[in-house]
Amino acid sequence: MTGELGQLALCFALALSLVMAVSGLMGTRPQDTTARKIASGAAMGLFVFVALAFGTLTYAFVTSDFSIIDVANNSHTLKPLIYKISGVWANHEGSMLLWVLVLSIYAALVAGLQRGGERLTSGALGVQGLLAAAFILFIIFTSNPFLRLDPAPFEGAGLNPLLQDPGLAMHPPMLYAGYVGLSASFSYAAAALLVGEAGWTRAARPFMLIAWIALTCGIALGSWWAYYELGWGGFWFWDPVENASLMPWLIATALLHSALATEKSGAFRTWTLLLAIAGFSMSLIGTFLVRSGVLSSVHAFASDPTRGFFIMVLIALAIGGALALFAWRAPTLQGGAAFDVQSRETMLLLNNVFLLAACACVFVGTLYPLVLDAINGTKISVGPPYFALTFAPIFFALLLLVPLGPQLNWKRGDLKAAWRTLYPALGLAGIAALTVLALVSPRSVAATGAFAVAGWLIGASILDIRKRKGARASAFAAALAHAGLGVSLMGVAGTTLWRSEALTVLAPGQTMTVGPYTLRFDGVTRERGPNYIADRGHIAVMNGDRVSTNMLPEHRFYPAEGADMNDTAIHTTGLRDLYLALGDNRGGGRFALRAYVSPLAPLIWLGGLVMALGGFLSLWGRLRVKDTEPATPAPAAALAAE
Amino acid sequence: MNAKKKRRLAFAAALLAAGGVLAGVIVYGLGQNTMYFRSPTDIADKQVSEGVAFRLGGLVEKGSVQHGMGADVHFRVTDGKSTVAADYNGVLPALFREGQGVVATGAMDSSGTFVASEVLAKHDEKYMPPEVVAALKKSGHWQEGGVQ
Repeated sequence: MTGELGQLALCFALALSLVMAVSGLMGTRPQDTTARKIASGAAMGLFVFVALAFGTLTYAFVTSDFSIIDVANNSHTLKPLIYKISGVWANHEGSMLLWVLVLSIYAALVAGLQRGGERLTSGALGVQGLLAAAFILFIIFTSNPFLRLDPAPFEGAGLNPLLQDPGLAMHPPMLYAGYVGLSASFSYAAAALLVGEAGWTRAARPFMLIAWIALTCGIALGSWWAYYELGWGGFWFWDPVENASLMPWLIATALLHSALATEKSGAFRTWTLLLAIAGFSMSLIGTFLVRSGVLSSVHAFASDPTRGFFIMVLIALAIGGALALFAWRAPTLQGGAAFDVQSRETMLLLNNVFLLAACACVFVGTLYPLVLDAINGTKISVGPPYFALTFAPIFFALLLLVPLGPQLNWKRGDLKAAWRTLYPALGLAGIAALTVLALVSPRSVAATGAFAVAGWLIGASILDIRKRKGARASAFAAALAHAGLGVSLMGVAGTTLWRSEALTVLAPGQTMTVGPYTLRFDGVTRERGPNYIADRGHIAVMNGDRVSTNMLPEHRFYPAEGADMNDTAIHTTGLRDLYLALGDNRGGGRFALRAYVSPLAPLIWLGGLVMALGGFLSLWGRLRVKDTEPATPAPAAALAAE
Repeated sequence: MNAKKKRRLAFAAALLAAGGVLAGVIVYGLGQNTMYFRSPTDIADKQVSEGVAFRLGGLVEKGSVQHGMGADVHFRVTDGKSTVAADYNGVLPALFREGQGVVATGAMDSSGTFVASEVLAKHDEKYMPPEVVAALKKSGHWQEGGVQ
């Protein structure tokens, strides 16, 4: 029964999304109050029915209902409950349903909060309705999670053990909250173009912030997972899947800054609209690069031509439609307000230029192999050195400029005065650079530069916080987010530049050294987990003759899935990670052991957390102050008032 | 020309210049850092220069894996038609097995052995790297649903 119930709920959701699209768009006409009410109601109904469909699928996973193909292919009775639940979105069909669920949550929030004018909200709901309808159609016709299997198998095929991990259980919902969150800004931007209302950035601000926070946390979680799960000791691999989440983040960051300028001083009006469209376009491209299988294999894409074709049409319609609307309506909007060269607007403009340039580098590096393969079948890959050469310097230049922005006034600022204010931050940068030069050998330009910039960022943030002492919490948002960049930068620099690694085959009783640590291998025991069998290595971290800690890296075998994986052991002091991965069995009790010492590694994710916290403060401030715009301002009057 | 127009023009010129530099850096970066994918047959057919990094893909030949005293491993990669000897000093990914697909990054040395700097981890035994599938199809040794 459950499968049919879910199917039915999805069909109701489709009908409601169509109602929402039509009535929402009709509601952009000044007099159509009824249509606006219907659109809001439909948004709530959409959420209820999509949640019902999603709940049904979750129920099928939890009860291991293998008569549903999706469950049979991706679950197993022996799996712990949390991974039965996370299994819902650890596959193509279920993850698309999660996508639509998140979209419907945002639609319900847009309808419930009613930020901005009634007509603007209605238009935004209309666009969200169109998106929801398109994606529900996509699910029903190409990726239906409720298809039945007859006869039902006794046991499911299981879930890739790499995905059976708490970090990764949370990672997709978090990323989707970010990806799809950008759909709200997109819908508001499209509605603003339709209605001709200039105040949309204010209405959409909380959604931009939620999306940005979620993306920041999602990327940090993903990178943390890759660090402890893959056993390679790295935190970022420039893997196309990672890049697909980085690109929307870069655009979302640019959007947050540009929208702020639009809201506070009226600058970059059209540019901000374009960024909102670009941000969601990146989300769409990112989601489907990852989910359609086009990245891991161009052939997988071709093997399901309907799915691939549907995706391409969807992306083309969404992006093309939005851009056409932009080309048609943007000229009728008022241009951006003027500003001085020495002003905060200029700094935000530079912020946008650098972020977009960085995004362009990632975009080309990610898509070039796909394009080349599509054109003439040449198979190439673009390695991390490309990104180190292009992305890194651009982002580094951006970081240099970050502290200046908050010190300059809107419209007309004083660069010299800003410099003077920042002298203490320069001092901190100098101290950081000298400390690195004095303490660490061999000396490296990269490390010195990175720590100087980190000091510069954090110093400037401290100055900013001191200046605003006593203000509302949200006033510290930018300072925290910028400080987070500095913290992450130290982690990234420490880990990439000062990491030591050792790789040895050890017999029980033998020792190895890595960095400042001496490790003694005490042999391997066979352990039994809920759905795996493990070789557990016993490694003693020595302090002279005394054992200071025991570490237990495992090599696990999952019989249901027929897969092996490493479970790394990490001992952290907060400033330094000792990281162990148990390698292959070389016979006679001998095992390969890989060990890394990663200085400052935890700072990478701590910085991400600080950045997200900055976002939260800003969001908190936004939601506490009730934005009540005039109900339905006539467009001409609204524009004239700006 | 008034001041506003002049400023706009200067801004456009600066943006254009920055775009040009960006495009240059990207093209240069791609030129320096793309790695080709090669199958053992590609290596046998074409001259592959020593020391130029590329990605090698195929199947680990059955019975070819030999462990040295340390962490060094020797194995052969085959696509059914041609075979290449490979050396690797490191921990093999969990799913490195004889008869299974493998993708490794590295370069040829003077003796015609592939020296791998990285052997890529594949996460489940059903998974076959798409490049390897393509290479096997090309050499005529691909069977749907598995390998001979």
